[in-house]
Amino acid sequence: MEKEWLEHGFNMNRRRFLSTMSLGIGSVALGSLLVPDLFSGLGGEEDGLPDGIAHFAPKAKRVIYLFQNGAPAQQELFDYKPKLREMQGQEIPSSVRGTQRLTGMTAFQASFPLVGSFIDFKQYGPSQAWISDLLPYTARIADDICIIRSMYTEAINHDPALTFLQTGAQQGNRPSMGSWLSYGLGNENKNLPAFTVLLSRGIGNGQGVYSKLWSNGFLDSVHQGVQFSNGEDPVLYLRDGMSRKERRVMLDQLAHLNSEAYREFGDPEILARVRQYEMAYRMQTEVPEVMDLSKEPDSIVKLYGPDCLVPGSFAANCLLARKLSEKGVRFVQLYHQGWDQHGNLPFEIRSQAKDVDQASAALVTDLKQQGLLDETLVIWGGEFGRTSYTQGTLTADNYGRDHHPRCFTIWMAGGGVKPGIVYGETDEFGYNIARDPVHVHDFHATVLHLLGLNHEKLVFKHLGRRYRLTDVAGKVVDDILS
Amino acid sequence: MRFYRKVLSISLALVSILIFISIYWLRPSAGLLASNDLPDTVSYNFDIRPILSDKCFSCHGPDANKRKAGLRMDDPVSAFAALKEHPQAHALVAGKPELSEAFLRISATDTARVMPPHSSPLKLSPIEIRLIERWIEQGARYEKHWAFVPPRKMALPNVERTDWPRNEIDRFVLAQIELKGLEPNEPADKERLLRRVCLDLTGLPPRPEMMDRFVADNTPTAFEKVVDELLQQPAYGEKMAIHWLDLARFADSYGFQDDGYRTQWPWRDWVIDAFNRNIPYDRFVTWQLAGDLLPNATREQVLATAFNRNHKITEEGGVIQEEYRSSYVTDRTDLFGKGLLGVTMECAHCHDHKYDPFSTREYYQLYAFFNNVREVGIESVIGGPETYAKNPRMEITDAEVSSVLRFIHKTDTGTLIVSVMGDIDTVRPTHVLIRGNYDAPGEKVEAATPAAILSFDKALPKNRLGLAQWLFDRKHPLTARVYVNLLWQEFFGKGIVQTTGDFGMQGELPSHPALLDWLAVDFMEHGWDIKYLVRKMVTSATYRQSSVASKEKLALDPDNILLARGPRYRLHAELIRDLVLSSSGLLNRSIGGPSVKPYQPPGLWEGATSGRGLLSIYVQDHGEKLYRRGLYTLIKRTVPPVSMAIFDASNRDICEMRRLRTNTPLQALVMMNDPTVLEASRVLAARLLQQSAPMEQRITEAHRLIVGRKPRPKELELLHGYYLQTLSSLTPATASRALDVGEYPLPQQINMTELAAMMRVVATIYNLEETITKS
Repeated sequence: MEKEWLEHGFNMNRRRFLSTMSLGIGSVALGSLLVPDLFSGLGGEEDGLPDGIAHFAPKAKRVIYLFQNGAPAQQELFDYKPKLREMQGQEIPSSVRGTQRLTGMTAFQASFPLVGSFIDFKQYGPSQAWISDLLPYTARIADDICIIRSMYTEAINHDPALTFLQTGAQQGNRPSMGSWLSYGLGNENKNLPAFTVLLSRGIGNGQGVYSKLWSNGFLDSVHQGVQFSNGEDPVLYLRDGMSRKERRVMLDQLAHLNSEAYREFGDPEILARVRQYEMAYRMQTEVPEVMDLSKEPDSIVKLYGPDCLVPGSFAANCLLARKLSEKGVRFVQLYHQGWDQHGNLPFEIRSQAKDVDQASAALVTDLKQQGLLDETLVIWGGEFGRTSYTQGTLTADNYGRDHHPRCFTIWMAGGGVKPGIVYGETDEFGYNIARDPVHVHDFHATVLHLLGLNHEKLVFKHLGRRYRLTDVAGKVVDDILS
Repeated sequence: MRFYRKVLSISLALVSILIFISIYWLRPSAGLLASNDLPDTVSYNFDIRPILSDKCFSCHGPDANKRKAGLRMDDPVSAFAALKEHPQAHALVAGKPELSEAFLRISATDTARVMPPHSSPLKLSPIEIRLIERWIEQGARYEKHWAFVPPRKMALPNVERTDWPRNEIDRFVLAQIELKGLEPNEPADKERLLRRVCLDLTGLPPRPEMMDRFVADNTPTAFEKVVDELLQQPAYGEKMAIHWLDLARFADSYGFQDDGYRTQWPWRDWVIDAFNRNIPYDRFVTWQLAGDLLPNATREQVLATAFNRNHKITEEGGVIQEEYRSSYVTDRTDLFGKGLLGVTMECAHCHDHKYDPFSTREYYQLYAFFNNVREVGIESVIGGPETYAKNPRMEITDAEVSSVLRFIHKTDTGTLIVSVMGDIDTVRPTHVLIRGNYDAPGEKVEAATPAAILSFDKALPKNRLGLAQWLFDRKHPLTARVYVNLLWQEFFGKGIVQTTGDFGMQGELPSHPALLDWLAVDFMEHGWDIKYLVRKMVTSATYRQSSVASKEKLALDPDNILLARGPRYRLHAELIRDLVLSSSGLLNRSIGGPSVKPYQPPGLWEGATSGRGLLSIYVQDHGEKLYRRGLYTLIKRTVPPVSMAIFDASNRDICEMRRLRTNTPLQALVMMNDPTVLEASRVLAARLLQQSAPMEQRITEAHRLIVGRKPRPKELELLHGYYLQTLSSLTPATASRALDVGEYPLPQQINMTELAAMMRVVATIYNLEETITKS
């Protein structure tokens, strides 16, 4: 509600600003249009980006979300269940399985034998958190992270589950978390978009990602996630066939011609268009600088691992995420594909974990060293969990796990989250939540809270209804706030 | 439920004795009133209901489950009755705000008593409180929601400037302009008017010979002649198809997970042809809803029903059949509600509608019409031509393509299949799904339509054909209004009701209600003739005005609600592409056929895919297929064509009635660096250089082709200066680098540096704000 008024006020201001500008351009300062940054020193509003106002003092200013796409098995990473090894091959008790629906992949399976983790666990940090040997680097930052073992969701298939976790609704066409934060908090950097997306993929069974996951939905498209890559063209259409100087000359001509049209029509959209060209020009300078990893010191390369110099790798994306975040990008969304281990789990999960372990931990360490961890929220996790029984045939050294919405594990670090704690608990079968469940809506409410936003007040009215990221639910998980 | 019905019928009876006071119908919408002047007579529909709906109905409205204190403010029976918790008090006492508990509570300063509650984010403004006070003073009279009362033609309003109106539209528009003490704009100059109408009717800029002809034609009907000519061009159907493809969420992929390829494009070819043949709207929609149920249904009529199978379909192994099957039925129901009825029926999917009088039960009664399809949640996983359509489906033979389905532009002799509608022989039972969950069936319901709109005639068959007949009942309050409004938005940039998909209580009120009604009735009286309606709109004086915004008008009416100036809006994404290709001479004018894959930045599909299916790798087309119109670009739902998405094209996930119209830096980057724009610049530059003419004349020609008018001397001087400056700064190496874009061959025997300089001039013209704007 407040936000609505704010946006309204912003629009009014913008109009007033533009009508003032009209005098300037028409009568006095036509030539000043040729000055490159004419519009850049006038405060927050001229780029169409309201400087948002938080509902209360935020802990975090920015988010980096390391999305593990495909749903990592919690049983092999964070949720230690010795009982599963003890009962290896035995049927899951029906009292445990209850009425939980099954996917079409295991619905016709005759038996549901339990399977324990092939890998061992050890305890780390003040909370004595169990972390598996697949994640040695993550184990070293156990003091810095808050492990939530009691996440649950409503969807049982990838597409709706991913969409739910990213947008608060299973069916799509709603704004993504990053878009909501861009809308709610505005942009800190005028030369970069507030919400950026980085993709990578492991060798494990992959599930696609979709640009609808970083869609602005019904919000203005300035809030859309912009996909960055450290290939030749870091942002689509950014690479220019002209030199900077040539482009400057062209844009000056263009501004001149457009101002002629403005003089004739008086339409404020013309000036807005001129400003967007100027921002595009600035992005062309700023983005390649940020994306250039060649000047990173050895210590950083060592911290993130040698993969961080391989364009498009998860490690490179983690390093980029830190750089973008440091520049003020509000929400950096990473996706790492390949976690969908229906079969062949022991082999695939090992390489998936190796892809992400060092760089994820390095990111937290790096932010901490830079003094940025306090104001940056890092989130690590997938879209649901996996079953404690095997999918397909259980052999001596191989098994798989099916989708499981009832419980999964994520971790968060920095940005006002209590470090070094474990929150929530599943039953001894790792199948149901035993204590402190955290629904996806609760997770969203908590993230918004950390950024100083009341999830019930961050609303946007569309087709007659006020929409929220948390739909009509969500409760802040107070126990994990520092 | 019976209680709800009874209450509804009482309230309808009450409403029916209230007279529609025409003064509200002709006055400007509340949005245009200065915030501090209260109207002399307060109208429930225009002044009060928007406030109550927005701020009160969520707890005191139609949703029985969320209702507080048993009070509904949307229903006079409840609002005037003794309060359940305080029987001595009444929420409303006609004529006596000081005795009306509702007023006492909204004006209370005590935070424990104030409404909306202190803890709620909703607040009433002082002006809203004063409006409600005056409404109660004047008797607190309720009216039926305007959009649920059938439209009727009002007498045309009188105007002072009797020489201005060209048709009925202008009388309604001028009356409001005069009421505000303004004057309409002068007509747009002929070059601009021609460009505007060409872009609106065909989506393409005028060709120079047409410009010359129109500018030279001084007969009084010169413009009408052009309009009639444009309405006959095949490109008219292509342009009109765009808004319908958005509404019908047409795409070339299934939309979930792997997002495999599908062949629904023959339906798209039908839509283009249907607009060109000018099939009346009632038939156009009836065929799409129920073509398969028509007696002796033709192949064409069956193909039309693909409309209701364009929705997303899963191919993700392991999904639960009923979950997805029910989601398809839901999608059809929501499309019917939003696209054809213009109401947010979808809100009643999980709970009674919070603002509009639609119960969840009614939602599932409507759902029942679409619940009989011979389909499953998942039929096949991705892979192979046999999966490009799902049952029920039709196979289109080559013989049909050369006879009864001639409009399908089939390009090979392979099998062509399309998902269409087809019902099972029995009736699949429909239940209310509790909270919308497929696995929580509640009460069993039968097919019926929402009572608040129009009851379902018992004589009609309880199937989709009966539903179509209901939709085109002359007493139907919504069908004609909603489509007239949608087309108005196409030509004037925004609807008379700005919320094109929401005519309900939370939707915007019409800016010109009497005009909307007049057009709706006129449309029906003329046999739902779409071309007639389009012609009426674009030949009006309102449409022909120049789009110049004076400071006075900009200050008084920044959004041009009054229509005292012509429309000025950025073009649709597809049309920006069409404009670039057409003006450069590259455009391939062939119509229909399988969608194509023009230039796209590398890696977009590959970076996001699971690796399965035909659309996991973007195999770009070559040659002629690179230059097709924007509406033929293949839409993969999960990664829609990016240069068009940046310009707000629909991703076709669900029915879309109104695109955003944004202005972003990414758009600037597309116009500066998209190979499509650069290649077109190069090709047009080469064509111009091959003419023997002075440079100024070549630049003038480029400007005419792209912007649709001759440049002013100042503009020409700037562009020519830019040419000379660029020419002197380019080296052979930088020139050849600049020219290295696109697959269209470079001409031999041409000075490469001159060409590169001219190319940059042309590219600059493409980047003008005016170029991508309908002005």
